[in-house]
Amino acid sequence: MGGRASAPARKGFALPQVPKIAVYLIGFIPAVGTFYAGLMDQLGADPMRTLEQTLGLWALRFLLAALAITPLRQLLGINLLRYRRAIGLLAFYYAALHLTTYLVLDQGLDFAAIWADIVKRPYITIGMATFVSLVPLAATSNNASIRRMGGQAWARLHRLVYPAAIGAALHFILVVKSWPPEPMVYAAIVAVLLGYRLVRSVARRAFPKQRTA
Amino acid sequence: MLIRSASDILPSEITPREVYLNRRQWMAGAAGLALAAALPDGLGAAPLSATKSPFSTDEKMTSRQDVTSYNNYYEFGTGKSDPVEYAKTLKPSPWSVEVDGMVGKPQEFGVEDLIKTSALEERIYRMRCVEGWSMVIPWVGFPLADLIRRVEPLGSAKYVAFETASRPDEMPGLRSTFPVLDWPYVEGLRLDEAMHPLAILAVGLYGETLPNQNGAPIRLVVPWKYGFKGIKSITRISLVEKEPYTSWNKQAPEEYGFYANVNPNVDHPRWSQATERRIGEGGLFVKRRPTLMFNGYAEQVAGLYSGMDLRKLY
Repeated sequence: MGGRASAPARKGFALPQVPKIAVYLIGFIPAVGTFYAGLMDQLGADPMRTLEQTLGLWALRFLLAALAITPLRQLLGINLLRYRRAIGLLAFYYAALHLTTYLVLDQGLDFAAIWADIVKRPYITIGMATFVSLVPLAATSNNASIRRMGGQAWARLHRLVYPAAIGAALHFILVVKSWPPEPMVYAAIVAVLLGYRLVRSVARRAFPKQRTA
Repeated sequence: MLIRSASDILPSEITPREVYLNRRQWMAGAAGLALAAALPDGLGAAPLSATKSPFSTDEKMTSRQDVTSYNNYYEFGTGKSDPVEYAKTLKPSPWSVEVDGMVGKPQEFGVEDLIKTSALEERIYRMRCVEGWSMVIPWVGFPLADLIRRVEPLGSAKYVAFETASRPDEMPGLRSTFPVLDWPYVEGLRLDEAMHPLAILAVGLYGETLPNQNGAPIRLVVPWKYGFKGIKSITRISLVEKEPYTSWNKQAPEEYGFYANVNPNVDHPRWSQATERRIGEGGLFVKRRPTLMFNGYAEQVAGLYSGMDLRKLY
């Protein structure tokens, strides 16, 4: 891991700093807006499904945004590291709301049906595993955990975000019929974000002297 | 064929024959005028006159708004609101349906003529989508069997194959680089299924000609099967000897069978079919209701499948 959150942007990008609380406030707008539209009967013919899908989609978007922070810094010198924790936590909160919508509004807390879904339906199994893998990341997304665990162990644990991103993209692909473009586009973005890290780590191992960071 | 009437229809709800015959006479003239006025430009819905049917359910109908804005019609996109947005480009008039194959009298029928020469009925049917939601829709149409009889099927005909229009200029889904299905959309029925009086060709809903997004100008409705069997904007109907290809079966044979009968006991591999959400009920807090065997039409159609293993022939 390279520079600290406080390191100035290298290539002259003087990004205005906004308070982190603003990231949360803006980040929750889709959730609040969609739920409110649902209560006002403004979500079309199938409002529950729309709410469920919107929350899941934003969870995936925030996950991708969190994963984009490192490449943005390394490739373009845009440093948004100070917002990464907020964005990552938003991904978790949206995943939790998405799951809650499924459990309560979609399945009506019918635990027999829910359990059958988890063990029998691959996309639910994968979705649930993805959510479970995000829990330790959210629980340790604080300075105290980093201090207690030590930076290296903490960073190792947080590599769980990679399989989580793959799981989220797969979950999306498997829930739809046929192969419509939208889930494929998200899967492609996941592939690029993770592929970038793979290529970089292989390259750094092969050419250790060219390390720049 | 011996058909018992649906148990959910009270005799008192059935319009007496003399009443509807009178009404039909009057309406036939009115419908002819209305169609002549409204169909040529293919724009806007024209009123259709139809008699009531004992096959109609008395369940609460799904609103016209929901029926015409929440659609699966992949020729116009995979989103539920894509068809209402993009199907405006489809030109449903003039339109003809070629009926051919193993028949004595192959013919091309103009849809306007079919409407004029058929005894249109209102059929209020449950519609169960394979995705786990359902609606109650007042279709206007006529029995598919009536059309098939007119072309005099040969003894060798065992199945009926259907084909949707294939018009890339009017259907954005057909111009896509990565097509979601192998176009044109095709469907099929066994001949005895096609001849069943519940199977209709619909030309309207809510008393008017079909909106484009619902499959204008003519579509199949088979209420005991999942919605995707109800092929839209039909241009060809062929009587054939062998089981025809069906689009979703070709796309994912493990998930969609030829029969696609609504069956709460046979899950789709990726989701349960035991329950469904009725569109328009409860908003965000919609309650699931149990899915019924053959979508509640078991009394009428179960006999078609006696002795068949519906787990294998899903």
